[in-house]
Amino acid sequence: MATPENKLAFDGGWEYDPAPESTDHINVAKRYGLFINGEFVSPENGRYFDTINPATEEKLSRVADASEADVDKAVRAAREAYRTTWGRMKAAERGKYIFRIARIMQERAREFSVIESLDGGKPIRESRDVDIPLAAAHFFYYAGWADKLEYAFPGRTAKSLGVAGQIIPWNFPLLMASWKIAPALACGNTVVLKPAETTPLTALKLAEVIADAGLPPGVVNIVTGAGKAGAAIVEHPDVDKVAFTGSTNVGRGIQKALAGSNKKYTLELGGKAANIVFADAAIDQAVEGIVNGIFFNQGHVCCAGSRLLVQESVADEVIEKLKDRMETLIVGDPLDKNTDIGAINSRMQLEKIQSYLKVGKAEGAEMHQSSCRVPKSGYWCRPTIFTGVSQSNRVVQEEIFGPVLAIQTFRRYDEALIKANNTPYGLSGGIWTDKGSKIFKMTQNIRAGVVWANTFNKFDPTSPFGGYKESGVGREGGLHGLDAYVKLGA
Amino acid sequence: MALAAVKKSGRLPDLSRVPAVDEVGVNERVARFQTRSIKKSSKVEALKLILSMIDLTTLEGQDTPGKVRQLCQKAIHLHDTMPGLPHVAAVCVYPTMVSVAKEVLQGHDINIASVATAFPSGMSTLSVKLDDTRMAVAAGATEIDMVISRGAFLAGDYRYVFDEIVAVKEACGDAHLKVILETGELGTLDRVRKASVLAMHAGADFIKTSTGKIQPAATMQVTLVMLQAIRDFYHDTGKMIGMKPAGGISTAKLAVHYLVMLRETLGNAWMTPEWFRFGASTLANDVLMQIVKQSTGVYQSSDYFSKD
Repeated sequence: MATPENKLAFDGGWEYDPAPESTDHINVAKRYGLFINGEFVSPENGRYFDTINPATEEKLSRVADASEADVDKAVRAAREAYRTTWGRMKAAERGKYIFRIARIMQERAREFSVIESLDGGKPIRESRDVDIPLAAAHFFYYAGWADKLEYAFPGRTAKSLGVAGQIIPWNFPLLMASWKIAPALACGNTVVLKPAETTPLTALKLAEVIADAGLPPGVVNIVTGAGKAGAAIVEHPDVDKVAFTGSTNVGRGIQKALAGSNKKYTLELGGKAANIVFADAAIDQAVEGIVNGIFFNQGHVCCAGSRLLVQESVADEVIEKLKDRMETLIVGDPLDKNTDIGAINSRMQLEKIQSYLKVGKAEGAEMHQSSCRVPKSGYWCRPTIFTGVSQSNRVVQEEIFGPVLAIQTFRRYDEALIKANNTPYGLSGGIWTDKGSKIFKMTQNIRAGVVWANTFNKFDPTSPFGGYKESGVGREGGLHGLDAYVKLGA
Repeated sequence: MALAAVKKSGRLPDLSRVPAVDEVGVNERVARFQTRSIKKSSKVEALKLILSMIDLTTLEGQDTPGKVRQLCQKAIHLHDTMPGLPHVAAVCVYPTMVSVAKEVLQGHDINIASVATAFPSGMSTLSVKLDDTRMAVAAGATEIDMVISRGAFLAGDYRYVFDEIVAVKEACGDAHLKVILETGELGTLDRVRKASVLAMHAGADFIKTSTGKIQPAATMQVTLVMLQAIRDFYHDTGKMIGMKPAGGISTAKLAVHYLVMLRETLGNAWMTPEWFRFGASTLANDVLMQIVKQSTGVYQSSDYFSKD
């Protein structure tokens, strides 16, 4: 075990020079209107709000603050497009348009990556290697289903629903827009989408792509704004389906608002996933998985592995190695190609995370943070772990949505299982063991939508995603993702 | 094999406690090192460090004193038109060529490494291997690169492999011992990790991936697993062990990826020729070419770099 005498040193010595991705190829307008009926229009009330770069707190652009009247206009445009063009189009033709969106996104991937990192704070390595390629992959995948729905639901007829109202979060802005828009379009629905207020830019760039792809006006409408605009979408009488990804609190409100209506809905909400490391695991790779599980995207991931359950006999070793690994994580400029952890998405979120750090310490947990430098301006949080916590502590029970890991130990597999399931959430989980039978035993009993074995945070358009309990209703992605956007007949 | 000739020596480490290795996870970690973008002064610094870590190698049946003399000249005069460059760490030759190298390198701070122990296959008796080692040391080798008995290792006879390393270490005297695992013949990363632990406990000063005669030779994957074994050994014993990937590292870019991996796995203490080497024959010129490019802004033709 490491002692002061044989501790590894990662500071000083050879360091990496800054390697920033250039921004001169991107084009962000000073002001964006609402994308309704195929064009950018001014909001009815003339109000705009700033979207800032969380790494510098500098303004990037101003975007329209949609009112109820704007949302109504967008829904009417979507209904009209559904009635006159998209809803009547041959499925194979629909597919062609969606393929076209996917290809244009790929061509403009570099621009999308940079804007995603500027607006949201995530490291360019992730927006370049994960967000944007996956977003394009979702369009490619669902484009293929457009004319094959009869094979997706054998023996049934699948009919489109009409207008889908979609509300997405700020942690994966373009990716979440793609998760929502691609299956909706493939099944023949039209869309009104509202991006999160802190990260509207890539959705607005997607509006440009949609226009460039030649989609008929009104098929996809993008309205920016805050919670009020979202509520207007949910409550609009002419919306047939609501898809929401975000906090459990807001999700609960949406479910109440939809009760008794005929609207279909899917909700993808919070999580507090257990990442379970057994003594026989490949320890070094498990440590890597723990890091990817909680520090990916600053921990702003609903399926983050925010609780680590580690078997007691290897706990000291795992925690020691994790601390070493944390020392090599680079926190800073999201546009630097070497950055591992970027900026916290907003001041509000940073304050929430900081309040949980206080809670954890007050509860008696031991807090450890990496010793890295962080920039002076902007919103930053060093990678953090809490040890000496238990199921009774708030930092174990509640979703922090930041780079903060709560570590507990266990002795037997059934104890790990009880702790893993002892949460109101059930979105994801992770198992680390070298023994195949243990993987099956655990995964069959963990009540979560996704359970990864010997890996974490892996996504693919073909794989369904969604939660148990307070983590949500319905599935997105894969064949299951189509079900949310069709009416099945005999 | 002359098992009886091997003395029971030292305690065999408990290999059942060596952690498992997951290949998929290793591949992902390696890919992550390769996305590091090393630019400007950090690149120049890395390139110079790489030069200083090279074991300039010729290990061929056709080696002659003439060829070895040329190699030694290259070791001394890497690229004299560019002042301020470090020299390589060592030249690496067969035992019969050690005296030639010693003569040329007289007065220069360059180590002489010699392969020994019936390199590359290691298919001989212990007494032959020990004689081979002693001969190289007597001729002036300051570092011995031995091969493990892969046959015995794969057959599960860890005791034999362990005792053999112990005996060779003893025959080395003051010379540093590098233990070649020949990972290309071990087949799995789990075995690479076990063999690393075995070699370190038996007295290796360095562990080395390959002879260069078997494909695949060094890969970032096996090197990572070996570095992690070195880290755990250091945690357990406080003893630092060196690492030498050898074979197949011929571009500066790839060598920089190895340095990134070294830095993020073992930290700064290992970032010197004392603890990390590249076994390579053609890497030096590519690194030189990059260094010149960094200072002049243009690539020169390979004809401007001596090929010895």
